[in-house]
Amino acid sequence: MTLETRHSHGLDQFCASLEERPGLSILDLAGANQATVSFLTNYGHRLYSDDFLHQLDLCFGEGDFYENQTNPLKVAKFLESAVNFPEQHFDGVLVWDTLQFLSAPLLQTVVSRLRAAMRPGACLLAFFHAEERVDTIPTYSYRISDHRQINLAARGQRRPAQFFNNRSLEKLFQDFESVKFFLTRDHLREVIVRR
Amino acid sequence: MWNRRKEDEIAPKPVSAPPTSSALAKEGIPMSTLPSRSSNEPHSETRGGSAVLGKSVIVKGQIFSREDLTIDGEVEGTVELQEHRLTVGPNGKVLASIKAREIVVLGTIHGNVETTDKIDIRKEAKLVGDIRTARIVIEDGAYFKGNIDIVRAEAPRPAAVPAPKPQPVASAPAATTPAMAAGAGDHKR
Repeated sequence: MTLETRHSHGLDQFCASLEERPGLSILDLAGANQATVSFLTNYGHRLYSDDFLHQLDLCFGEGDFYENQTNPLKVAKFLESAVNFPEQHFDGVLVWDTLQFLSAPLLQTVVSRLRAAMRPGACLLAFFHAEERVDTIPTYSYRISDHRQINLAARGQRRPAQFFNNRSLEKLFQDFESVKFFLTRDHLREVIVRR
Repeated sequence: MWNRRKEDEIAPKPVSAPPTSSALAKEGIPMSTLPSRSSNEPHSETRGGSAVLGKSVIVKGQIFSREDLTIDGEVEGTVELQEHRLTVGPNGKVLASIKAREIVVLGTIHGNVETTDKIDIRKEAKLVGDIRTARIVIEDGAYFKGNIDIVRAEAPRPAAVPAPKPQPVASAPAATTPAMAAGAGDHKR
């Protein structure tokens, strides 16, 4: 498997927010991988792992992906299986680029649920592609190499539900305490939000 | 994990007594305590005896074993191997809580697992449940959903430099420095 490597200021900030406190609960939605598991557990953290894109495909993959996201039964099943967490449980949340593949109503519900699952002061790291002149964007499995470097394993191309600018991201995360953006040279917005 | 009610539903049902080998033989269940010689067996190196539940075997109840065990059939209930290794074969489907020294997963597990040594989740494997272990190996292509709790004998001592390779050894974060952000914005509320 070919891995790309990128530096991530967002990840650096995310790791700094953990402040070397051991025993924290971290949610990672990139799908379990050895690198991230080792990185986080080596600090003494507890990791909850799931593959969010896999869950999306399971619930909405047959037929029109985004049309299915308006089906109440499918949405209920998805929320039950993929976004069902205890309140104020996590000290950090890594959603990577997954939020781009949620249609607007479902996206707001998922963000609200993630916020509810975070402890006050906890950080969430999300990536959004900033290049709007494309139909599809690459998806990756994100593996933490160190506190500022990520290895990316390609997972094909997907059509995003929408593109985000700073203003739409501020609106999306308006219930959070703070929103911080890092626009990288490769048209990727790294976003750190703090509950 | 979060849905404790579902775990309750798969809680072990008490069984009156473990089936005797003669009873199993009458039912034609291919259960053996002989070392497996199949070329498809994922692990040929075994310490002492090794029991095998073949892919046509379905067990509902509690399994206790004092030797290594390979499950390639279906098991629902609890599995406890004390100081031994459990291998869930490619055809294995285990709906159970599991305790063992070491677990190798090539098939499917739904349930919480606890090992005193290591869990090895191979590609194509699927594990939904919480893991409590000293060491973990996850191959690319495996699906896992749940908590990972690494249990160490001693509290990890931070090292100066994080481990360069993703191996389950102790390391610590280095100091943060600005990354290669071309532009950054900060909005506080």
